[in-house]
Amino acid sequence: MRQLKVLLMGFLMLLLSTTAAAEERIRLATTTSTDNSGLLAVVLPPFEQKYDMKVDVIAVGTGKALKLGENGDVDVVLVHSRADEDAFVEKGFGVNRRDVMYNDFIVVGPASDPAGIKGSADASAALKLIAANEAPFVSRGDNSGTHQKEKELWEAAGIKPQGQWHVEAGQGMGAVLQMADEKRGYTLVDRGTWLAYSDKLELAVLLEGDPRLFNPYGIIAVNPVLHPHVKYMQAMLLIAWFTSPEGQRLIGDFKIGGQSLFIPVAVPTDTPKK
Amino acid sequence: MDYLSEAIKQSLWLIIHFDHELATIVWTSLRVSLTSTALASIVGVPLGFIIAVGRFKGKHHVEVALNTSMALPTVVVGLTVYSFISRRGPLGAYGLLFTPTAMVIGQFILATPIIVALSVSATKAIDARVGETARTLGANAVQTAAAILNEARYAILVAIVAGFGRVIAEVGSAMILGGNIAGYTRTMTTAIALETGKGEFSLAIALGIILLLIALSVNAVVQSFRLRGS
Repeated sequence: MRQLKVLLMGFLMLLLSTTAAAEERIRLATTTSTDNSGLLAVVLPPFEQKYDMKVDVIAVGTGKALKLGENGDVDVVLVHSRADEDAFVEKGFGVNRRDVMYNDFIVVGPASDPAGIKGSADASAALKLIAANEAPFVSRGDNSGTHQKEKELWEAAGIKPQGQWHVEAGQGMGAVLQMADEKRGYTLVDRGTWLAYSDKLELAVLLEGDPRLFNPYGIIAVNPVLHPHVKYMQAMLLIAWFTSPEGQRLIGDFKIGGQSLFIPVAVPTDTPKK
Repeated sequence: MDYLSEAIKQSLWLIIHFDHELATIVWTSLRVSLTSTALASIVGVPLGFIIAVGRFKGKHHVEVALNTSMALPTVVVGLTVYSFISRRGPLGAYGLLFTPTAMVIGQFILATPIIVALSVSATKAIDARVGETARTLGANAVQTAAAILNEARYAILVAIVAGFGRVIAEVGSAMILGGNIAGYTRTMTTAIALETGKGEFSLAIALGIILLLIALSVNAVVQSFRLRGS
């Protein structure tokens, strides 16, 4: 019986220790690309320090992030799928959407390029080649912003991707890159995540520069009228931080191998001429 | 194979230097799992005792149900709890989703059936004469129960430890309910899933080593109790 008592005492002490420290926390649902690339680890700590607030990052795809906002499970969302973002605001789930930054999507694949897409600047033509050759293509398959873009491009190519070669991963961008690497397949990826991962992979950039591959990111506060419990003021503070000259400078200065991962767009970088 | 040996080397470095991120993750894991096991024990041991000694209709069915729920899939528990505590769910007002409390709830549901079921068999294994003797010596119901539980103490410890072993190693409900938030709800198992997806093996391997060490010591404790109990 003594051992049981000692064990119980220990448990109770642990229980008590879990209820301590109630600091301010807000919840940011975001895409895996901003988290996996390492951007948030640069932009958030100065904010947390300055305003004495913890930002709990829930890194999921854009679709899931917007769903979390819609349900009021988070206070603010940072995502990249313009059409979905507009619908989110239009339906009254979010307010005060601001442009934050952009980069572009690229198609990466094995350097040997079995489908022969290299050199093309037409994303639809490249996808047609991949489908025609039945070369493995790893899809996010998770309703993320990247997945939406994939679907948009397949539609533009007039192809319904199906078959053994079209692999639906259902995972984050980093995991999908790993999978494409292992399977010697192609995948669509945002440049930020690609730069963060490229030294760990044998994949190569095979297609870039199609205007359809533009990838803008927006930040939206969850509607406080719909969800009175959300921390609206704190969410607006975080939006202000991301779009402030200081936050924008942190985004612009975030580089890997000398290359910027995201280009800030919220404030003009040049001071206006007088 | 170079990258693997490099990752293992780095992981050992992280463990030896007690890396801050690593320590936070281990601490979160232990805190959540120990809390849920403690709560599950407070509920599960008395419940198991009552089921074992009680005579009631459908006792056999209760035991079958218990043994089945020992194998509850962690993701199903995660999904169910999620739908209850999301802001849109019936318990949404408490704002529990993506907190350590949410993970404790999920793990409590996972650990309780194990602790109850093993407490039932622990109690049943005790000679019926222990209770009879206590009663003849003038013990009341509570004292009789204490006498029986005292006899079964090692087997009950094994039950609690088995419950802990289940929750410390589970990833499904911790991922769904905690959201894998760095420094807050990131546990050893969710961190391993994330880091492997990122191709960062050193932290994942370090956590894997620690998790295995915990599993090993837990089993060593169970074994030593078994030996002492028999």
